[in-house]
Amino acid sequence: MFSFIIRRLAVAVPTILALITVSFVLMHAAPGGPFTNERNVPEAVMENIEAKYNLDKPLWQQYLIYVGNVAQGDLGPSFRYKDFTVNELIESSFPRSAYIGAWSFLFVVVFGVGLGVVAALKQNRWPDYTVMTAAMTGVVFPNFVMAPLLVLLFAVTLRWLPAGGWEGGQVEYIVLPIIAMATSYIAQVARITRSSMIETLRSPFIRTARAKGIPRHKIVLRHALKPALIPVVSYLGPAFVGIITGSVIIDQVFSTGGIGQHFVNGAINRDYSLILGVTILVGVLTIVFNAAVDILYTWLDPRVRY
Amino acid sequence: MFFSDKHAGMGELADTLAEDAYTEGRSLWRDARRRFMNHRAAVASLVVLALLLLFAAFGQYLSPWDNESIDWASLPNLDEDGLPSLASQHYFGLDPIGRDLYQRTVQGSRISLMVGVLGALTAVVIGTLYGAISGYVGGRTDAIMMRTLEVLSAFPFMFLVIVLMAVFGRNVLLIFVAIGAVSWLNMARIVRGQTLSLKRKEYIEAAMSVGVHPFLIVLRHIVPNVLGVVIVYATLLVPEMILFESFISFLGLGVSEPYTSWGALISEGADAMWTAPWTLIFPMLMLVLTLFCFNFLGDGLRDALDPKDR
Amino acid sequence: MAMLEVNNLEVAFDTPDGTLQAVRGLSYQLEAGQTLGIVGESGAGKSQGVFALMGLLPDNARVSGEVIFEGEPLLNLPEKRMNQIRAARIGMIFQDPMTSLNPFMKVSDQLIEVLVQHKGISRKQALQESLQMLEAVRIPEARNRIHCYPHEFSGGMRQRVMIAMSLLCRPRLLIADEPTTALDVTVQAQVMDLLQELQQEFNTAIILITHDLGVVAGSCDQTLVMYGGQMMEFAATRDLFRDPSHPYTKGLMGAIPRIDEQMDELVTIPGNPPNLMNLPPGCPFCDRCPVAEPRCYHELDPPERFGAERIRVCNLPREAIR
Repeated sequence: MFSFIIRRLAVAVPTILALITVSFVLMHAAPGGPFTNERNVPEAVMENIEAKYNLDKPLWQQYLIYVGNVAQGDLGPSFRYKDFTVNELIESSFPRSAYIGAWSFLFVVVFGVGLGVVAALKQNRWPDYTVMTAAMTGVVFPNFVMAPLLVLLFAVTLRWLPAGGWEGGQVEYIVLPIIAMATSYIAQVARITRSSMIETLRSPFIRTARAKGIPRHKIVLRHALKPALIPVVSYLGPAFVGIITGSVIIDQVFSTGGIGQHFVNGAINRDYSLILGVTILVGVLTIVFNAAVDILYTWLDPRVRY
Repeated sequence: MFFSDKHAGMGELADTLAEDAYTEGRSLWRDARRRFMNHRAAVASLVVLALLLLFAAFGQYLSPWDNESIDWASLPNLDEDGLPSLASQHYFGLDPIGRDLYQRTVQGSRISLMVGVLGALTAVVIGTLYGAISGYVGGRTDAIMMRTLEVLSAFPFMFLVIVLMAVFGRNVLLIFVAIGAVSWLNMARIVRGQTLSLKRKEYIEAAMSVGVHPFLIVLRHIVPNVLGVVIVYATLLVPEMILFESFISFLGLGVSEPYTSWGALISEGADAMWTAPWTLIFPMLMLVLTLFCFNFLGDGLRDALDPKDR
Repeated sequence: MAMLEVNNLEVAFDTPDGTLQAVRGLSYQLEAGQTLGIVGESGAGKSQGVFALMGLLPDNARVSGEVIFEGEPLLNLPEKRMNQIRAARIGMIFQDPMTSLNPFMKVSDQLIEVLVQHKGISRKQALQESLQMLEAVRIPEARNRIHCYPHEFSGGMRQRVMIAMSLLCRPRLLIADEPTTALDVTVQAQVMDLLQELQQEFNTAIILITHDLGVVAGSCDQTLVMYGGQMMEFAATRDLFRDPSHPYTKGLMGAIPRIDEQMDELVTIPGNPPNLMNLPPGCPFCDRCPVAEPRCYHELDPPERFGAERIRVCNLPREAIR
């Protein structure tokens, strides 16, 4: 296990480095810089600004300075919001996104797997058809479609829930964001779980379990569930990334003040350090999560050994 | 002896094989077509998609308006005059600044579908080549290629594409390239997996032992067998690409005026939904319908070409 | 009354392409402590017949006929009652131990599970009993290996584990579905010896399914020959081998290569196995049978009993077969 973690780190570090490098190259290759939109500023002042942000140094030096800073956890100052560092901006907004994201993820796993198992056990009967139709519908309503639709229905038409805002994360403010975020992933997980469970239940060792006189519910829970979850776990990686990415949209539509809004604004305003910082954060989260998923595999499938 | 009938035996055997009812040769494709036709949802989806294509290509001729000019007459009273109606021939109504939504939707459909299909094609070509080479050559090359794939997989591509869009401006061509370049990873993995398991099959070994050139082996044995999987996943990739593009456009970072796409239309609709909900509903319906159809189509193809997967 | 009585068992499957008749008119009896061998080619319906006994057929199966085990009818029993019988009164081992044992569970858990379910004892006690059984099937270092996963055992060991697992509750009947087919020949002999030893020790009746006449000759008191889902002949093994009364059985015997005779060519039964979707209304063997008559295609006479508890199912009289 220890050597596994070491090996994972060995792949992670160059990955993050590659990520930083690509982002850095991109942003500096772009026409214009963070300050080209400013009103005419006297040259002397411009030089000071550039010196402050290290923009006067040769590119490779800027790169090294940046990487060094990141290694120490410092993502630099925001180019746009002059009084804030990127770290501060992230710290103020990330927890909100994480809160909504975590709840969404929980729902995805619990409801997705649960519904999928029910559909598999009642294959080709009413519960199966209902769940699968719902799942098919869920899959074609991505989060950016779901979000405005939910607002249209619950906020505009029915006026049951607020259309946006955070207000400390109270239930009525996060309900719609979570539903918008989680729905298409719940649907996909349900489909995967269903087909995986059906296939697992056809395995020879399930027949042996039946021949041992083990009752149906115990067979499902003890014998079939673990192997059936393996493809689901494979999907959790992309689902996680999807939820993070989706938070950008959810933020926009529901104005929750999470990291998504900052990112989009940063992209529009060419706030290089901000968008770089967020991209790196997301990259690191992805890598950590993928490693966790791989560890989960070893628990599910004893034949897998790193 | 009771059963040994040496000389007649061979002839009888050959005859039996020739006549035998259930050993008639049925090619994979004919079998697959039959199974596909049985999948009613998939066939229906195919029809709907064909109609959609016609809509995108020729729908503009069904209405006198166009997608850019503003209907000044209706502008002052948008809440009422902007509603969808057959009388005014604004079938989908007007958008918030007075343009005909029907024409805009037709145009948006064109862009979205084009991006979807071209993006998927790019991903398929790159991914299949990468995966096939990696799988067939094996050894060190395979290891390196797969490591690279792993590294690339950790990239938050959506974010990078957004950065790209922000940085280089919103160029339709760039979107194609960016989207396609981003999604080949899974295809590569799948094709490599198939290639690896095919490589181990006895008939490949047999071909190799007889001295068939590796290129011919790839062409005649590996490619046709990967084709099935590739087709299925390509069909499922198209909706992903359309979604990807719509996502970016929704954020305002995708195609720019005068072009539009479903994502951009939905975004505009979302902004206007309090007063003009139809501007949200129509493009949303088009998008959802398309995704539905591609998903059913993909399911149908998967059932047809790989029947054990249900 | 015999421990197990099977009368006219029929198994058919509803498939999208039609009805597949897997077993027809299967009848036999088994006494306690005896061994019955069921032989036939692949697809002859041997396994489906016993799956029907255990209620292990898939949902699209249609079973009819009568099966009576220790006085209790087995077919179409409610699942709850069937679960009580499985493993406790009738045990079963399957063909491929690698796929038949759960690769995701430790062997100990798979063994303990049976005992806890049927005998209601504690896990600790169940572990002790499982260990004893593993030692009885001669797994070396059972104490350590019991906590391993199936893939950490060799093929022969895995089959022993399966055997141990099936005998934990001392069932009266053990059904072995081609237990040695997936194993090497030397391991095969060991497993067969083990089965016979255990049978003696626990006085279990065994139904042994195999396509290998050699295995049957060495271990079974009685033999039942099947073809195309239909029973062809049933007799004490000795009688069957010495004096086969059915053209198919004769064909099988003739096809066994002998090392004590000079042979130039391997003998086969010409033709192909039947298409179970498209069986003739009469005898399934008719198109390959050297002595078949035209009416064999259309009808098959009811089973004929003769000699010392022998049954044959054939239109032609015994004399015509000699």
